Amino acid sequence: MTEIGLGHYLTLGAVIFSIGVIGIFLNRKNIIVILMSIELILLAVNINLVSFSIFLNDLSGQVFTLFILTVAAAEAAIGLAIIVVYYRNSGTIRVEDIDKLKG
Amino acid sequence: MIAHTIFFYVFSIIAVISAIMVTASKNTVHSVFFLILDFISISCLFIMIGAEFLGMIMLIVYVGAVAVLFLFVVMMLNVAQQKNQWFLSKSSSGHIPVGLIISAIIFFELIIVVGGWKYKPELISSNNLLQNNEISNTHSLGQVLYTDYIHIFQISGLILLVAMIGAIVLTFRQREGVKKQSYIKQISRERSEGVEVLEVASNKGVKIDD
Repeated sequence: MTEIGLGHYLTLGAVIFSIGVIGIFLNRKNIIVILMSIELILLAVNINLVSFSIFLNDLSGQVFTLFILTVAAAEAAIGLAIIVVYYRNSGTIRVEDIDKLKG
Repeated sequence: MIAHTIFFYVFSIIAVISAIMVTASKNTVHSVFFLILDFISISCLFIMIGAEFLGMIMLIVYVGAVAVLFLFVVMMLNVAQQKNQWFLSKSSSGHIPVGLIISAIIFFELIIVVGGWKYKPELISSNNLLQNNEISNTHSLGQVLYTDYIHIFQISGLILLVAMIGAIVLTFRQREGVKKQSYIKQISRERSEGVEVLEVASNKGVKIDD
């Protein structure tokens, strides 16, 4: 209990990942919160990679975390741009009202 | 070691609670603030276990750029008036239990994997990117990043460039009825189209059409 090992960090990553998945499914508000849940999921992946990298004493996990960070930033920028354009065209970003494709 | 334990539990509890609040809070602005708190506590964890560079990058990139971008968009889009009905809306609450079940299954699968998992002892010695403990984390990352991973590094820069161009192209629009200064029109103006000499008849004046 007092010794913090790899399992603690992996459990933290699992908890945050599950909270992100719950956030995607349960969201009734706007799409921005879904984007934030995706950021949470990527954060959980980063926790896993960094803790493996530290505890196995291998640097490549941290390098990959850097690239995940880059892709996450690009994804957030593009997603927010799409949301802004959608709001400008249709006036709402509520999840329930976005049904143009009738899916 | 005991301080490590205490700090781990403090930061991870803060991170988990703020992650819950990101998805559960009624106001979207509050969700962004909790997202910032989550990133800060996770980056504290990173710094604590020895990945200082990634912790600092996390602070700079996420808290400094991405979260502020989220906040900017939330404040720009006027979503505050769209108060959410979390469990109230009856029309589409049918998939909430499905989502809860799927998330719980994912969580327990991950816990099972973490709990009943053991790596081979030769895994640690079989890699070639061993972290050297004599130089700092940033130093060793830099040594690897610009030599072994240089192509992926360049490609990630390309991804950022494409994202920037894409965001600009998506949100750019030309508005009607906005007066704009056109430099090329100003510079290429000639005397012949700017000045006109008229013969003014007395007591009649000149009609100027603009």
